[in-house]
Amino acid sequence: MARPLLAVQGLKTHFHTFAGVIKAVDGVDFALGQGEIIGVVGESGGGKSVLGFSIIGLIDPPGRLEAGEIWFDGRRLDNLGEEQLRKIRGKDITMIFQDPMTSLNPLYTIQDQMEEVMKLHDNLNASQRRQRCIQLLKEVGIPEPESRLKNYPHQFSGGMRQRVIIAIALTLHPKLVIADEPTTALDVTIQAQILKMMRGLVKDHQTSLMLITHDLAVVAEMADTIIVMYCGRIVERGRNSDIIRGSRHPYTRGLLASIPKMTGHQRRLQQIPGMVPDVRSLPPGCSFAPRCEFSQDRCRAEAPRLIGVDAEHDVACHFPRER
Amino acid sequence: MAGYLIKRILQMMGVLWVVSVVVFVMMSFTGDPTFMMVPLDSTEEEIAQARALLGLDKPFIVQYGIFLGNVLKGDFGRSFVFRQPAMRLIIERMPATMEMVLVAMAIAVVLAIPLGVFAGAYPQRPASRGIMVGSLLGISLPSFWVGMMLIFVLAVRFHLLPSSGRGPTEVFLGMKLSILTADGWRHIILPAVTLSFASLAILLRITRAGMMEVMKQDFIKFARAKGATFGSVLFKHALKNTLIPVVTIFGLQLGDLIAFATITETIFAWPGMGKLLIDSIYMTDRPVIVVYLMFVAFIFVVINFTVDVVYTVIDPRIKLR
Amino acid sequence: MQAIRSVIENFRASEMFHNYRRNASAVAGSGILAFFLFVVVFGPSLVAQNPYDIASLDLLDSYKPPAWMAGGDPRYLLGTDGQGRDILAGIIYGCRISLFIGLSGMFCSSVLGTLLGLLAGYYGGRLDSIIMRIADIQLSFPSMLIALFLMSAFKTGIDKILIALTAVGWVIYARTVRGSTLSEKQKEYVQAAVVAGLPNRKIILRHVLPNVLTPLIVVATIQVGSFILIEASLSFLGVGVPVTKPSLGLLIKNGFDVLFSGLWWTSVFPGAFIMLLVFGINLFGDFLRDELNPRLK
Repeated sequence: MARPLLAVQGLKTHFHTFAGVIKAVDGVDFALGQGEIIGVVGESGGGKSVLGFSIIGLIDPPGRLEAGEIWFDGRRLDNLGEEQLRKIRGKDITMIFQDPMTSLNPLYTIQDQMEEVMKLHDNLNASQRRQRCIQLLKEVGIPEPESRLKNYPHQFSGGMRQRVIIAIALTLHPKLVIADEPTTALDVTIQAQILKMMRGLVKDHQTSLMLITHDLAVVAEMADTIIVMYCGRIVERGRNSDIIRGSRHPYTRGLLASIPKMTGHQRRLQQIPGMVPDVRSLPPGCSFAPRCEFSQDRCRAEAPRLIGVDAEHDVACHFPRER
Repeated sequence: MAGYLIKRILQMMGVLWVVSVVVFVMMSFTGDPTFMMVPLDSTEEEIAQARALLGLDKPFIVQYGIFLGNVLKGDFGRSFVFRQPAMRLIIERMPATMEMVLVAMAIAVVLAIPLGVFAGAYPQRPASRGIMVGSLLGISLPSFWVGMMLIFVLAVRFHLLPSSGRGPTEVFLGMKLSILTADGWRHIILPAVTLSFASLAILLRITRAGMMEVMKQDFIKFARAKGATFGSVLFKHALKNTLIPVVTIFGLQLGDLIAFATITETIFAWPGMGKLLIDSIYMTDRPVIVVYLMFVAFIFVVINFTVDVVYTVIDPRIKLR
Repeated sequence: MQAIRSVIENFRASEMFHNYRRNASAVAGSGILAFFLFVVVFGPSLVAQNPYDIASLDLLDSYKPPAWMAGGDPRYLLGTDGQGRDILAGIIYGCRISLFIGLSGMFCSSVLGTLLGLLAGYYGGRLDSIIMRIADIQLSFPSMLIALFLMSAFKTGIDKILIALTAVGWVIYARTVRGSTLSEKQKEYVQAAVVAGLPNRKIILRHVLPNVLTPLIVVATIQVGSFILIEASLSFLGVGVPVTKPSLGLLIKNGFDVLFSGLWWTSVFPGAFIMLLVFGINLFGDFLRDELNPRLK
């Protein structure tokens, strides 16, 4: 691809807690082009959210970026000071969180909170700001935006709130939006609407989107490329079609198989046996080996590295499954 | 809105009524006040006459009824000691107490909020830890002892400030206030500082605790993700959310200050309501004790009401119901 | 034996103990408390004079300054008061009284308050309304004032102080316990016990109570300190302990009368001791609160 907008190389983010070192992100490489949507998938605790926070620079002690480089639009992010990062946040890179009920400050109107980004990074006057707010609210599908500007967050439903949050994220035409489980807390019917809207907006504005979720079905609909994470490492990486229809890693296959099928014959829900291991004491060798039905001695002894099995399709497995 | 007001006023009156009952019942345990009113060498007959005059020979409920009727007229009887209407005594002394309480509260708030915000935002720093240890010390000190120490060092040893009494006053809105004179400030500083210690410490701790909790909320992270400066995160986003518990405590603290003013006024010979109360307790001057308690109860009830109204101004989610 | 050893091992390995050791104030707090425990238990035997024994007092020794100052007497380390009583001895005995009142007051308040809270939360209805109404009314007044008011009617006396403190202190337990009881009541283990036919009393005592106790630990600890201060204030005002059983607060009051003459040791030392005692309690209580509060994790 042409120079990628975002390139992450060897990123490690570790948390030094009382109980030990948590290697939330332990060696992650990927690249994202302008206007591309990348899905980051994995079970809870797999390090996906920490990856997102690492990129936008919101990792607080006891967490720390231990190693690796983050390149964004030709600049390195991982070694920037707080003040420089602050200028980028909200303007070039924005982030959306999972719970719309708690992401907005309950004591300020949504107009206040939408205009905050504008006041921080831009110099529009009051009426220009107001116009932009109304325009954004229209774009995210909030009916009668003029009358809702002075409302408080608690006067909106969950889905509406998430729309407002998305509007805030898109205010200054960022190059990258990181969305951490943006629809998980919403009703299933609303989820589809919000996702469709997000995809449309992002494609219209040529914004890159990093969509973090545990739900492979969501990612299948939305993403151009997908990375699958397990215990802080990428186990499979590739284009949407490669992963969804041609996955080679047993974990990915397990995730796909556990999606309930709406058509056809299905007797029992498939699940991946076992549980995510304690991140403080990962087994040597492949982290997934204990739960993998195909694991062999080599898997338990030696950690697999990402190897290309196809054009732009990499798998970290000693014995990738047949196509 | 009007419905709410009426409801609240009825509630307040209910509380005051309960207080009046409790006060009346308790006061009747303090002994027979007839002996306060009559000369020492009175005969049995004279005592019986005095008792009848005071209405003390009537049944308890009737006595309470008379008492309540008088209270509603603002008549709390005459002080046994001063021979003046008890209500007037309290009203005369109220400005002195109020100005001391207000100065103490101002000191407390002006110092506590910024320190609390700092300690809550940067809890790990040595300065924050020092502030917290200091505030813990503040709530461990007996306030009267602090007052005594201050008097001893600043007044007795070094003669920097007066050791007792209230300064000269000017009249403002019909009240005599000493904070309007320079010498008045010399006199009010020590008592107000003494009084402010505990409240300062408590407000500081509440602010800090509130800040620490608020800083963990999602909307703070979201504000940071928008690129907000740390200053605006602290004072715009976090502090306003912290204010709700702070305002509650502020209201309670105001009440505490009025209560502890009794001690401070005693130490500094400050001519306020509190000193009047303590003296009256010594002298078993019932009418004055009663009027003080009712008056102060009224103030508390009004404070609580005001606090509730202030909530709705801060937090749009709270509706007056 | 095995069980005890494993409990101790678990405790030593636990996060709480780890935080305790790293937390200077927690260690300092418990150190101070240990010191006072020592004073209370062994103090009287270390001091030659029993300040309550009038026969052992010598009026000629009155108002002697601390031993290290000019005019001081090595027998009386911290000086003497107007009756020739050793200040240090007075403090030691005073600590016992102050601490006794603080702990007993806390104990009585917690028992009464917890009981009322459990009843209010579990049975609900009118009982709940009445108890909570009283609590609400009481909470709108400062505890100091209520205690002062009660004692002004009772005059002095340790038992009366305890009544006053209980009357003031029960509210916070009742409210906290009621809240916890209400939420525990909804939980399945309680419903299971009801279905199994356990009598209410057993359900409350054996199932609900243990689960509502944790937040009370912090409250109780802090309350001991606050009661000690309230008692000291009441005694200072003359409506606290009787003159025959001087607490630290009463000692300070005696010192107040002569402060203006420059006889500072009679009030400085007792006050320092109260401050230290309550400070130690609060340090430790603070540590407990931070440890036991899940919301700050």
